[in-house]
Amino acid sequence: MKIHARSHTTFLALAVVLAGCGSKHKAAAEAGGGPSAKGAGAPAEAAEGTVTVDGSSTVFPITEAVAEEFQKTSKHRVTIGVSGTGGGFKKFCQGEVAVTGASRPIKPSEVELCRKNGVEYVELPVAYDGLAVLVHPKNDWVEAMTVEELKKLWAPEAQGTITKWSQIRAGWPDKEIHLFGPGVDSGTYDYFTKAVVGKEHASRGDYTSSEDDNVLVQGISTDPLALGFMGFAYYVENKDKLKLVPIDDGNDANGAGPIAPSAETVSNGTYQPLSRPIFIYVSKKAAGRPEVGSFVDFYLANAAKLAAEVGYIPLPDKAYTLAKKRFADKVTGSIFGGKGSKVGVSIEALLAG
Amino acid sequence: MNRTTASTGFERAVYAALLSCALVSIVTTVGILYVLASETVAFFTEVSLSEFLLDTQWTPLFADKHFGIWPLVAGTALTSSVAIATAVPLGLLSAIYMSEFAPRRLRAVLKPGLEILAGVPTIVYGYFALVVVTPVLQAWIPDMAGFNALSPGIVMGIMILPMVSSLSEDAIAAVPATLREGAYALGATELATIFRVVLPAASSGIVASVILALSRAIGETMIVAIAAGQQARFTLDPRVPIETMTAYIVQISMGDTPTGTLEYRTIFAVGSVLFVLTFAMNYLSHKLRRRLTLAE
Repeated sequence: MKIHARSHTTFLALAVVLAGCGSKHKAAAEAGGGPSAKGAGAPAEAAEGTVTVDGSSTVFPITEAVAEEFQKTSKHRVTIGVSGTGGGFKKFCQGEVAVTGASRPIKPSEVELCRKNGVEYVELPVAYDGLAVLVHPKNDWVEAMTVEELKKLWAPEAQGTITKWSQIRAGWPDKEIHLFGPGVDSGTYDYFTKAVVGKEHASRGDYTSSEDDNVLVQGISTDPLALGFMGFAYYVENKDKLKLVPIDDGNDANGAGPIAPSAETVSNGTYQPLSRPIFIYVSKKAAGRPEVGSFVDFYLANAAKLAAEVGYIPLPDKAYTLAKKRFADKVTGSIFGGKGSKVGVSIEALLAG
Repeated sequence: MNRTTASTGFERAVYAALLSCALVSIVTTVGILYVLASETVAFFTEVSLSEFLLDTQWTPLFADKHFGIWPLVAGTALTSSVAIATAVPLGLLSAIYMSEFAPRRLRAVLKPGLEILAGVPTIVYGYFALVVVTPVLQAWIPDMAGFNALSPGIVMGIMILPMVSSLSEDAIAAVPATLREGAYALGATELATIFRVVLPAASSGIVASVILALSRAIGETMIVAIAAGQQARFTLDPRVPIETMTAYIVQISMGDTPTGTLEYRTIFAVGSVLFVLTFAMNYLSHKLRRRLTLAE
């Protein structure tokens, strides 16, 4: 009786462990960091012919499109997790995944973690993302905003004090302003605070924060007093429900007056400071494997077309050429000096050295 | 009652097995309490109790950290009050109708019909509030935001209505016929009998049902997480986005907060407040219902 029960338990335990070892494929998870605890099932360099990818929810739509096309023509498989930029780097620097997507450059703490674990990375920009500032379509008083006004609205000091439209600009209604934006786990939030407030992670806390961009779209599109920011791709999907706000950064050198984000203005650098490149980081060691090498080559060759399809902005052709060369030569290290986000960069200039 | 004298080993084993099944509930409760308590105590070593109870801002994740519980409590209180304000009149009046006036056949349809309301999954209610009730309210109320406290409050009220009506009906039915007959004998009309004699007599049972329904509304998560918003603000305006305690717990648990940090412990601090509130409600309700069965 006892032995029988024990063997049952053993089999059960074994089954559970083996099930956990199988790689996990996650489809369209908007919640930025949520699946990170469950995504820990992604194995270390899985079976032959499988490319493991993880990272940012912003880069995910592009990676997913690339993987779909890649798997049509190749015998290799691609599995994609969505642990967020930070979560993805953690796994990448521990050698658990071959490729990680990031909506901001690698941070010093992550550089250190990779160095400690002997993981060398090749940084490859794959597209531009614009951060769109959005209001309700019935909002007829906002025609454009300046970066100073955005800073006044979103700075930590604004918490509890800046609560009405009239406090931002005289002449705007004396009504409450309802703010929406990504939460603190989001790379989009990191970049927005750095670009607008000047310091990463510095913002007011009394707004509706959600890593799920669809919640933000729902919130802004149903509230005439709302204002929010999110990735441009989500605006493109919901054009009829949202109104875009052109931004004036006060710098005539890169385009005078308020500029609205579009494929053109993001890629030619006039929509500042809210344009940013998004990346994939490839482990140098994993890049030696044929499936990873062919996947990344395919990625860089098709990123322009597929990024545009899913609402992102392709880099200029020259940038892709430079990126391909960078991958072919396996040039490691970050073109941002491992210091994290920089605002107002030109990718070609950085890649060319 | 005889004491069980387990005569054989098998009977002893069965007795032990049954006892352990019964103990599972106690052990689980103790386990939950232990986890809540230990993390909450750890939380309060870093945040003072006075800040927790006196500050009116709740921004534990952001640069300017505030740990005042009031915005979340206000959010919960607002949605629960709207829910009770919807459920009590409707539930009580349905209960009165069903126990005093309804013909038997109608009652046989109405009562299960009300029970169905309790069976609808809360996530369905949540989306119902977001995509059906909110637009209707926005057409009638000026400056009504897409996320607000009124819409989920009303829908929660509909959800807890069966609780109020069913338990109140039991309480009303338990009022002895002699009281009613006495009132009629004195010349009272039906309405006067109901509102002046029957309801006061059934009051402790009715109050118990309301308190139970209220504790259900306080602990409700899905409806408010979908339809009420995620902005912790200290307000009593039902037209603006707010955040309830339960929605906050969902927000943090679904995020990337590392375990063992102060932000992580806020989940347990808020959970403890929730636990204390619902426990107090349930205890009160239990006491009142005992009074009902022992009284008159």
